[in-house]
Amino acid sequence: MWNPARSRLFALHVRSYANVRRTASQSLPSASRHMKTTAGFSSALRHLGPLSSSFQHSHRADKRKHQGARSMSTEMGKMPLLSVQPSRGLVDEMFQIVIMNLLPNQKVTLQSLHQSEDKDFWEAFGHYISDEHGTVTVSKDESLGGTYEGTEPMGLLWSMRPVPGSRSGLRLRKKDVLSPMVVHISLYSGHISEGFSKQTALATSVTERWFIAPGVQRVDVREKGVRGTLFFPPGPGPYPGVMDLWGGGGGLVEYRSALLASHGFASMALEYMNPNEQKTAAIDASYFEEAYTILRNHPKVQKDRLAMLGLSFGGVVTLNMVAYSKIIKPQCCVCISSSHVVPFEKSLFEIFEEMKRNAHKMCVNGDNQFINRNFFQTIPSDLNLKVDVGKIKCPLLLVNGDDDDNCPSVESAEDMKEIMKKAGNHHLLKVLTYPGAGHLIEPPYTPHIRASNFIFHGGDKVVMVWGGQTKPHAYAQEHAWKKILAFLQKHLYLSSNGAVKARL
Amino acid sequence: MQLSIFMSRLSALHVRSYANIGRTASQSLSSASQHMKTTGGFSSALHYLVPLSSSFQFQSHSADKSKHQTARSMSTEMGKSPILSVQPSRGLVDEMFQIVIMNLLPNQKVTLHSLHQSEDKDFWEAFGHYISDEHGTVTVSKDESLGGTYEGTEPMGLLWSMRPVPGSRSGLRLRKKDVLSPMVVHISLYSGHLSEGFRQQTALAARVTERWYIAPGVQRVDVREKGVRGTLFFPPGPGPYPGVMDLWGGGGGLEAYKILQNHPKVQKDRLAMLGLSFGGVVTLSMAVNSKIIKSQCCVCISGSHVGSVDKSLFKIFEEIKRNVNTMRVNGDNQLIHRNFIQPIPSDLTQKMDVGKIKCPLLLVNGGDDETLPAVESAEDMKEIMKKAGNLHLLEVLTYPGAGHLIEPPYTPHFRASNFIIQGGEKVVMLWGGQTKPHAYAQEDAWKKILAFLQKHLYFSSSGAVKARL
Repeated sequence: MWNPARSRLFALHVRSYANVRRTASQSLPSASRHMKTTAGFSSALRHLGPLSSSFQHSHRADKRKHQGARSMSTEMGKMPLLSVQPSRGLVDEMFQIVIMNLLPNQKVTLQSLHQSEDKDFWEAFGHYISDEHGTVTVSKDESLGGTYEGTEPMGLLWSMRPVPGSRSGLRLRKKDVLSPMVVHISLYSGHISEGFSKQTALATSVTERWFIAPGVQRVDVREKGVRGTLFFPPGPGPYPGVMDLWGGGGGLVEYRSALLASHGFASMALEYMNPNEQKTAAIDASYFEEAYTILRNHPKVQKDRLAMLGLSFGGVVTLNMVAYSKIIKPQCCVCISSSHVVPFEKSLFEIFEEMKRNAHKMCVNGDNQFINRNFFQTIPSDLNLKVDVGKIKCPLLLVNGDDDDNCPSVESAEDMKEIMKKAGNHHLLKVLTYPGAGHLIEPPYTPHIRASNFIFHGGDKVVMVWGGQTKPHAYAQEHAWKKILAFLQKHLYLSSNGAVKARL
Repeated sequence: MQLSIFMSRLSALHVRSYANIGRTASQSLSSASQHMKTTGGFSSALHYLVPLSSSFQFQSHSADKSKHQTARSMSTEMGKSPILSVQPSRGLVDEMFQIVIMNLLPNQKVTLHSLHQSEDKDFWEAFGHYISDEHGTVTVSKDESLGGTYEGTEPMGLLWSMRPVPGSRSGLRLRKKDVLSPMVVHISLYSGHLSEGFRQQTALAARVTERWYIAPGVQRVDVREKGVRGTLFFPPGPGPYPGVMDLWGGGGGLEAYKILQNHPKVQKDRLAMLGLSFGGVVTLSMAVNSKIIKSQCCVCISGSHVGSVDKSLFKIFEEIKRNVNTMRVNGDNQLIHRNFIQPIPSDLTQKMDVGKIKCPLLLVNGGDDETLPAVESAEDMKEIMKKAGNLHLLEVLTYPGAGHLIEPPYTPHFRASNFIIQGGEKVVMLWGGQTKPHAYAQEDAWKKILAFLQKHLYFSSSGAVKARL
């Protein structure tokens, strides 16, 4: 996990994009120990010279004066104090950013910078003006421009996008959940929108964003053909369990499960699709039942306090299982950006083959991007073409964005309501619809992705449009997550006779 | 890096068994978990886990072990699974956390317990007794602890009231050596009001919290130069920053100061000195005498100005040794050091002339300091400075009931601990202080020290000019 390259002094060069690395405190174990200051200082000086010599107070842009920056401070007097608290937080925790000791009514820019595991750089920035005391309080003051506007305490995270010049179609997803996402927050003079790497920050703070709380345990699942990862909260347990399914992009995606475990739910992230593997062909309902059984039978899981949670195609799977399976009977389930218009009697392979055959019907927009929702032009009235949600016997929470370009989740939810009304189980349904939100309603404060590269089953590469407008999408992620956690808590923790109550 | 291999065992699960407290599971299982197959893993895990789940105990009155076998299916009948939250789960040592318990029965008796294994492998614990409200909730920042190692409404009591578990070695002191790794504390919830035998019980819930001395992005650099041995820590960002020389006790002051001052990432005209105990003595000595050291401000914690300025450190220590047998020892055979200096001499040659100090000086003292007569020294310093006309530079904070070791907030208080005095002799030094007022002093003093440093090193626009008389 420790890359020797990271332990270089480069952690100091925040302004140079090429050098953003893991938190210095974690990355300097061996290098620093042996760095003698005599040699260290002179070589450090070569690195540091340009930095300290270009230390710039807000109205002193003249570079010649920078040489004396270190002794300038007595005359200039003002050294901004930037604080980001907490400096280490869970991904769904808010931070407080406060800047003090600026001049009154001083224009400044706050910028966030992150280098992903794929080595791309993501950034966001906001333009602020200090008050009469020379203070900026991000949770109270308005950003007047940048990648976000208005009073947005977490704007520096959710409005991140790849820096200019990056590869296209990127999506930010953490693969290694045991390490944090490291974000550098920097303060710059004036209102700048580009060229951050050429400026010297007035101050910088580094913050860590974790998907996993201390004490959460990660365990591989490779059993009976099932491939997944279990996360357990700290403590002796047993805990309620959640089966956590992602969508058609496939792979084993762990970060949401890690976060659920950090909130007290044993959670299994399940891989059921891999675009590159033929194995997917054989996947059918029995795979999910096997996985569910593994979760249920684990000694650290409470067998009668289980939930299923799925996004996109994972939601399709959830609806199918909960309606039809004799084995999968959770206390409750959650479907995010999903639809009931894909009944599961065929194997996944057959389903995808059918989708491919119909691909020519799909609309490609002016940017040659794939808008999947047009595949489902209208919700069919024939019940054989849909999951019979009238058969569902546990509380069901649907979370949708009304600007979803991938899946007609809002229309599907309407139709599900009708089916459940007729069947008499409508009281189990709860629908949250977020205006302006797109398809990928993910954990809070993670960047909004309107379109990204996608590999279809079979290997076809497209740019998939997910939809959504950044600000309402960010709001949806924040709000929905709280609602999802409360829903799971209600049915898995607080409900005293959970298993009994929900059964009709 | 610093992770020792033993910590990456599954035994992190065994919260109740003291012998197995290791690093946070999330960090320690990176390699172990990667290779653990569930088929084999489950059966071996079962050996560990069955005892835990089979003794998992819901209600305070379900002590019967035979019922525990069905604990997992019992939940439908019993209904209540407490939810324990500690936020933030990772914090700096001086940050407060919020502990909330939900979903208990109304008016249920519970015990909150904290457990930490030090780098020296000793176990430290604290606990508080609570009763849930009518909603079955306990909010530690609002509710009172009715007993345990702390009482009353104390949001951070589970940290500052920690002491070595029964049966530990004596005279222990909790001090973090490796600052690049966090202090890991397990917070557990137990049924009923317990005061011992925690490892024989199964917790209703547990959380793990990390307490860090270092924020992300802070850089650590060794200093081994010109006979000076120290460590430099830099805040994140390009700098330069104000500099603080932080002295616990011991010398090499002048050279160290110059190294700090000359570092390219340090602002040469925004420097401070901070010292505790003998470090405070050195701080005062340099502030008074040095022609080279001219800080913007100084902080002296539990220090004194009494000490002949002409002597070298070595001579001072020799003198202490010669007089060791004149020091009092109390009933527990603990050394009461403070009397060595008392009474404060009136002869100016035997103390530092603080009338010469030209920068703001903050003195932080404990009213129950058994090691140095810090409070009396402060009084005397006040008089000297009044006469010299620089009294306006002095600020004194005196905390009643606090002892000598006024350290960063929420760290445990110990009234006495093992100490090796110069020459190698081992004694038990009495530091003094009562736990609760000492904890309060640490919390308040730290805020005031940070504010004092910020005021003179960040906010002061003509810092170097203003303070000069």
